[in-house]
Amino acid sequence: MTNTPLWEVFVRARNGLAHKHVGSVHAADATMALQAARDVYTRRGEGLSLWVVPSNAIVASDPADRAEMFEPTGSKIYRHPTFYEVPEEVGHM
Amino acid sequence: MYSQALNTKDAAVADTSPEAARFQARIDAEERIEPNDWMPEAYRRTLIRQISQHAHSEVVGMLPEGNWITRAPSLRRKAALLAKVQDEGGHGLYLYAAAETLGVAREEMVDQLLSGRAKYSSIFNYPTLSWADIGTIGWLVDGAAIMNQIPLCRCSFGPYARAMIRVCREESFHQRQGYEIVLTLARGTPAQKAMAQDALNRWWWPCLMMFGPPDTDSQHSDTSMRWKIKRFTNDALRQKFVDATVPQGHFLGLTFPDPDLRFDAASGHWQFGAIDWAEFRRVLAGDGPCNRERLAARQKAHDDGAWVREAALAHAAKQQRKAA
Repeated sequence: MTNTPLWEVFVRARNGLAHKHVGSVHAADATMALQAARDVYTRRGEGLSLWVVPSNAIVASDPADRAEMFEPTGSKIYRHPTFYEVPEEVGHM
Repeated sequence: MYSQALNTKDAAVADTSPEAARFQARIDAEERIEPNDWMPEAYRRTLIRQISQHAHSEVVGMLPEGNWITRAPSLRRKAALLAKVQDEGGHGLYLYAAAETLGVAREEMVDQLLSGRAKYSSIFNYPTLSWADIGTIGWLVDGAAIMNQIPLCRCSFGPYARAMIRVCREESFHQRQGYEIVLTLARGTPAQKAMAQDALNRWWWPCLMMFGPPDTDSQHSDTSMRWKIKRFTNDALRQKFVDATVPQGHFLGLTFPDPDLRFDAASGHWQFGAIDWAEFRRVLAGDGPCNRERLAARQKAHDDGAWVREAALAHAAKQQRKAA
């Protein structure tokens, strides 16, 4: 049995919001993937726009590398506004 | 529609590695586990089995209700039933997709169902003999499903929990449309009321069995609870369902087929009679009223659709060659 390709589905709920990942579908080609995504993920007005992306086109970071990928920012607290002292008299900044 | 505590015995080997300890600490801290995270093999196996069997239940669950689409008593009922059956198909697909993130192929899961190696909820092996059964399935079967599925929205495995949130949002429509059908019959002619009562008589006990074996027999619960795949025991969910459902049945003016059913003021719970677990085991083992029919229908749909799947792939390959 040939495996039908897998596609990741992204839905924009309304204009002004980003497309958000909602799940995946199997389909032979992009047209059928869009059709299947519509049937499976938008039966109740969940969206105004759909993206389907071949799953094997997504490059993901490895959770095992989480420490070296993301921890260095943990010590860089000077990237946050609360690191800096502004006298109260100055007011909201 | 529903995942059943199917309790296939799985020798859970105690994993004493540091990874396993870290994994358990994350679970205890209510962190969600995502597909590429490290996880014990038994956790992966348990989830693949539970999610795929849940998916199979949704897909097989389309059959008893599909039986009445062409005979629905009005266009309104027909449109609602079509939408409900379509939802069940959708729920199956959300769940297959969630299971696939654990590294099992869709084709493999379908093959497990068709070859009888994977199970699905015992409830779908009962026949839908009258229109009242459609109402009763919505009210009771979907009602039981909701009880079971709401805690699954907080399951430790992210993709399963997210799929369950979508499912639960849609399930409420199913239960309400079912109750409305039963209410209409219960307020109808004596023959219609008798039809509603007959359906309740036949579905009540199989619905209580949907929650799986009693906690005393449940080999699986401990590990599943520790991993936060399961949040409540079978018996706790069953009691919750009975407490919620009995007053709804009394409002309909129907009686439950259980002479031992009574309200216990001290505990605040409805107490019910003994469940026939021999029947449950028989149906699960393949010997229910409709097991063979259900699998034959799935096999036929799969075989009849084969040329469509092949044609779609051939068309896609041809278009790709043309574009190249």
